[in-house]
Amino acid sequence: MIDVNAFLGASPWRPVPGVEPAALLATMDQLGIDTAWVTHLPSLYWKDPAESHAELFAVARRYPRLRPVPVIHPGLPDWEDDLRRAVAEGAVAVRADPGQLGLAPAGREMLELVQACGEADLPFMSAVRLEDVRGRHPLDVAPELPTWAVRSWARSAPRTRLVITHADRGFIEEVHFSLTPDEARRCWWDIAWIWGPPEDHLAHLLATMGVGHFLFGSGQPLRLAETPIARLDLLDLSAPDRHAVATGNALNLDRRTHS
Amino acid sequence: MLIDVHAHFFHPEGARVDGDELNRRRLAAGERMGITLHVASILGSWGRYSPTYFPSPADLTIANAAQRALQREHPRRIRGYVAVNPNFTTHALAEIATGAAEGMIGLKLAASRRADDPLLDPLCEAAGSRGFPVLHHIWQHRRREWPGQEASDGVELCRLAARHPGVNFILAHIGGGGDWLHTLRAVRAHRNVHVDLSGSGTDGGMLEACLRAVGAERLVWGADVTLCTGWAKLRHLERLLSAADAELIRSGNAVRLFPAGAFA
Repeated sequence: MIDVNAFLGASPWRPVPGVEPAALLATMDQLGIDTAWVTHLPSLYWKDPAESHAELFAVARRYPRLRPVPVIHPGLPDWEDDLRRAVAEGAVAVRADPGQLGLAPAGREMLELVQACGEADLPFMSAVRLEDVRGRHPLDVAPELPTWAVRSWARSAPRTRLVITHADRGFIEEVHFSLTPDEARRCWWDIAWIWGPPEDHLAHLLATMGVGHFLFGSGQPLRLAETPIARLDLLDLSAPDRHAVATGNALNLDRRTHS
Repeated sequence: MLIDVHAHFFHPEGARVDGDELNRRRLAAGERMGITLHVASILGSWGRYSPTYFPSPADLTIANAAQRALQREHPRRIRGYVAVNPNFTTHALAEIATGAAEGMIGLKLAASRRADDPLLDPLCEAAGSRGFPVLHHIWQHRRREWPGQEASDGVELCRLAARHPGVNFILAHIGGGGDWLHTLRAVRAHRNVHVDLSGSGTDGGMLEACLRAVGAERLVWGADVTLCTGWAKLRHLERLLSAADAELIRSGNAVRLFPAGAFA
């Protein structure tokens, strides 16, 4: 399995166990997760996230099962250098979460970054949310990613592959059916926030959109890595379809980038 | 044995046109997960004729009867809570009496009245006299009012529990939204308050914090609306705990909290 939605480093809002690479790898071993795409969690809140990049790339070099997803801040001078370095260091994707960065979700900076990712043939990742809005710290007031931002990204960057995490059924459906098939084909969604039975949102989305759009993602260690596994175990998926969601779709994204 | 202490079902008169399908899916997923018993309630008409969290007496009578019918239809898999609205004391007491006479095993209080309101006292006495635990809907650290419900938090439930030391309370869905750290501080000293692990939230560190706050002896497993997250939390606990402690959470504590023979 490939977990496309994992973090290293402490949360600024609450104690979270297992934030070090060794702990993350131990959890992955216990749950049968081969590879994790990891973001340096504290840097999501830093003024200059690039200050974390050297550490993240060093971790990835030491632990090849951890693939780096550095945060790029497109509002900072010469952010293009950070993107070039990410490519050179073998990043599996880059990300920017406009709510955390204080940027307009579909403003000029974000659109330039999303478009630049397409030119670099590197997936662009963003999260709808990092914490449940009902339980956030009083100072954790960053707005959630809006659906219209993802629509704008997909429409304005025809070469960019988008990976959106922590989206629920309503969000995914609104974006998916607001795009042309060509635009929607460049959007992938992790299953970290999609309900299983009895509501069966995940089964519904797999049936209406196809397994090719979905990726195994947990949000660990902010969320339990067991959650998306339980969701897969509660589906009646064929072995090839399960493999596509758990591994194959992410592998294809990665192979195209690094072929 | 695996007991889900926080389940919900639907009935044909309610707001969900797919209610029967949802019931079937819950039971089917439960079979896959190994759920032995779903201890469930129906919250009135789920908003069709009266609000979900402020259900009318008429809706509750229908819902409780429907819950009992499901229990009769699936005697090996389903048990029922009596759901009541504390604003209608006479009706609520009558529903508890009827439910107890017809095999229901607990009292469900949602969000029609704050947990520490004196109107809940006669209902808790009625529950306690029958050996029923009281499952109370909780918003973990309510920092403001939320629309559609008069939500209570852990501090308020603990005030009620302190007034009824002989009654067992189940604090609903620690993973159901809000600040669970606040709740866990509130419940530590209240030995008759037990924490139900249900809810869609699977925050890393939450289960470890639950164990630190109240120990395995005061945790009960449940799923509420999302079986997948309930199963994930159970799997995580089984990585953390000895088999004996995990068994307490799977079923042992529930067997102790509910009336003797409730799961026979």
